Amino acid sequence: MKIVVCVKQVPDTTDVKIDPKTNTLIREGVASICNPFDEYAIEEALRIKEKLGGEVHVITMGPPQAIEVLRNALAVGADKVYLISDKAFAGSDTLATAYALSKTIEYIGGADLVICGKQAIDGDTAQVGPGIATRLGIPQLTYVSKIREIDLEKKKIIVERLLEYGREVVEAPLPALITVVKDINEPRLPSLIGIKKAAKAQIPTLTAKDINADENRIGLKGSPTWVVKVFTPEARGGGGEILKGELNEVVPLLVTKLMETKFIK
Amino acid sequence: MALDFDLTEEQQMLRKMVRNFAEKEIAPVAQELDEKEEFSYHLTRRMGELGLFGPFVSEEYGGSNVGYLSYIIAVEEIARIDGSQAATLAAGNSLGISPIYYYGNEEQKQQWLPDLCTGKALASFGLTEPNAGSDAGASRTTAVLEGDYWVINGSKIFITNSTTDISKVCVVQAVTGKREDGRNELSCILVPNGTPGFITKTMHGKMVWRASNTGELYFQDCKVPKENLLGRRGDGFRQMLATLDGGRLSIAAMALGGAQGAFELALKYSKEREQFGRPIGSFQVNAFKLADMATEIELGRLILYKATWLCENHRPFSKESAMAKMFCSEMYHRVANHAVQLHGGYGLMKEYAVERHYRNQKLLDIGEGTSEVQRIVIARHIGVPGRAL
Ligand SMILES: Cc1cc2nc3c(=O)[nH]c(=O)nc-3n(C[C@H](O)[C@H](O)[C@H](O)COP(=O)(O)OP(=O)(O)OC[C@H]3O[C@@H](n4cnc5c(N)ncnc54)[C@H](O)[C@@H]3O)c2cc1C
Repeated sequence: MKIVVCVKQVPDTTDVKIDPKTNTLIREGVASICNPFDEYAIEEALRIKEKLGGEVHVITMGPPQAIEVLRNALAVGADKVYLISDKAFAGSDTLATAYALSKTIEYIGGADLVICGKQAIDGDTAQVGPGIATRLGIPQLTYVSKIREIDLEKKKIIVERLLEYGREVVEAPLPALITVVKDINEPRLPSLIGIKKAAKAQIPTLTAKDINADENRIGLKGSPTWVVKVFTPEARGGGGEILKGELNEVVPLLVTKLMETKFIK
Repeated sequence: MALDFDLTEEQQMLRKMVRNFAEKEIAPVAQELDEKEEFSYHLTRRMGELGLFGPFVSEEYGGSNVGYLSYIIAVEEIARIDGSQAATLAAGNSLGISPIYYYGNEEQKQQWLPDLCTGKALASFGLTEPNAGSDAGASRTTAVLEGDYWVINGSKIFITNSTTDISKVCVVQAVTGKREDGRNELSCILVPNGTPGFITKTMHGKMVWRASNTGELYFQDCKVPKENLLGRRGDGFRQMLATLDGGRLSIAAMALGGAQGAFELALKYSKEREQFGRPIGSFQVNAFKLADMATEIELGRLILYKATWLCENHRPFSKESAMAKMFCSEMYHRVANHAVQLHGGYGLMKEYAVERHYRNQKLLDIGEGTSEVQRIVIARHIGVPGRAL
């Protein structure tokens, strides 16, 4: 079983600053971490490997310093890691990034299962995982909170998806791509021995050419997204009313109000 | 480039990992363990799983062989959150593992180190006696060779990690005869817990390190095979002094990490707490305290890392380790004091971690050689007349 995990290095804060001119994230001077959701993705891959055997490959696209997240992946037990880094990727939006990652997965020989975090905490788009699946032509199962079963013989996977209104159980053929939520596991810490190995490892860098990327589909050229403005919407004022009092008083009041607004008849 | 303050990639990753562990797994339970005087088997095992026992031990015995500075960084990061767990780790390594690793023969190393390095077992270092504290050469515990056995009689006190369910062996310093100059011949002997005649009693009611295990040990005609001698007969005092040189680095690391933790709590609180309409940290008298704390911590880190560097590079480091131990523990004292002061009344409440720092600090001025003893060591190294006693 070969599992490829896609991870992203992100600024270590949920309170990132935006450059007012370009409307993109200001990354200078902010410490970097592995996108938290991606740590769950790595952990799930390791658990599957421990159960079913196989290999875990971790890939990241980013500047040279993104190598740090790959070292951490090696320290916890990833078998192979690749840094995809090239000036030609600069300015890639989610479309171009998903394309580059899918080309990388093809370049390293494909995967039985691709795992991503549900979204990155800097951009919060949740688009790259599904984008990769689309380009690879494999099914996507997003917001996975549990893997119920992986059947290597019948080549299928059954998962639970965590949705707003409940859980959904879905089966899909392999290869497939899943994106995971935090409920799925508790990521492990690396051991000192793992760290020692990872710190010494030579990590290969792949360029746009290496992965046979079409130069018109990466970087600014391949990125049709225009960020007009990034902002936190104002909290909606007013609205809502909280009824106070004993149950036997509030319930009739609620019913009256609902009838007034014609929600119930 | 002769002077280099950069940590290696490995050391930076290690610091991050230990910090994560301490914040996620120790911080939530530290206060309760302290309150209940409860030794945590779980956290000890976790520290073992992460490879924090035996960082200076070679891989063939189950260590990770990442060097002494990495070990110091690990202790620092645990102590930043909790002194008790740092004590379990530092004593387990510096006093438990290290004498066996450095002075044990192949068989002894094979027998004990693998379990000690995974945190499955703990070894303790039995030096202090009721009547031999700072004057550790005045041990009265005796070991007499009778046939193929050492027969040990005497007692030890304040021995860290000696009475838990996973305490497997104690390195006991005992008088094994008289030297030619008329002084006592001291040797170290490995005494497995559970040996008939080896009686252990857990000590309770400590002000400091309440979740760390401390024991009183009694030896009553306790017989162990003569092969349990550690190193050569008569080498006990030298082994003990060398063990303490290394141990002092880890005590200094506990002080440095503790000071760092107390400082961070104080800085945070000084930004949040408002009085007279302003954050208290904006009053100059408080800002200056924080500036002093930050400066002293930086200085402590410099002397400790230098002493550790000397140790790692096999240079003499006894003077510098005494300086680091003395300076860092006394520095932690000042920092913890300021940190509580900045917290006002809340700093005296157990809910606030700074309260634990204030108590735990005191042990570091006393254990593994009091501040006075460190000054004796330093004075001798700088060549004062006489023996500074
Ligand atoms: C929690 C805890 C854990 C410990 N763990 C261990 C352990 O694992 N193994 C172990 O062997 N020991 C351990 N100890 C013992 C510790 O190392 C001793 O307490 C310490 O060495 C001091 O000895 P003492 O308590 O007998 O004090 P004393 O030696 O009686 O000292 C009393 C005071 O007199 C001062 N003094 C003594 N001699 C001189 C002098 N010549 N000049 C100036 N001042 C002097 C001291 O500095 C001190 O202020 C532990 C102690 C504690 C509290």
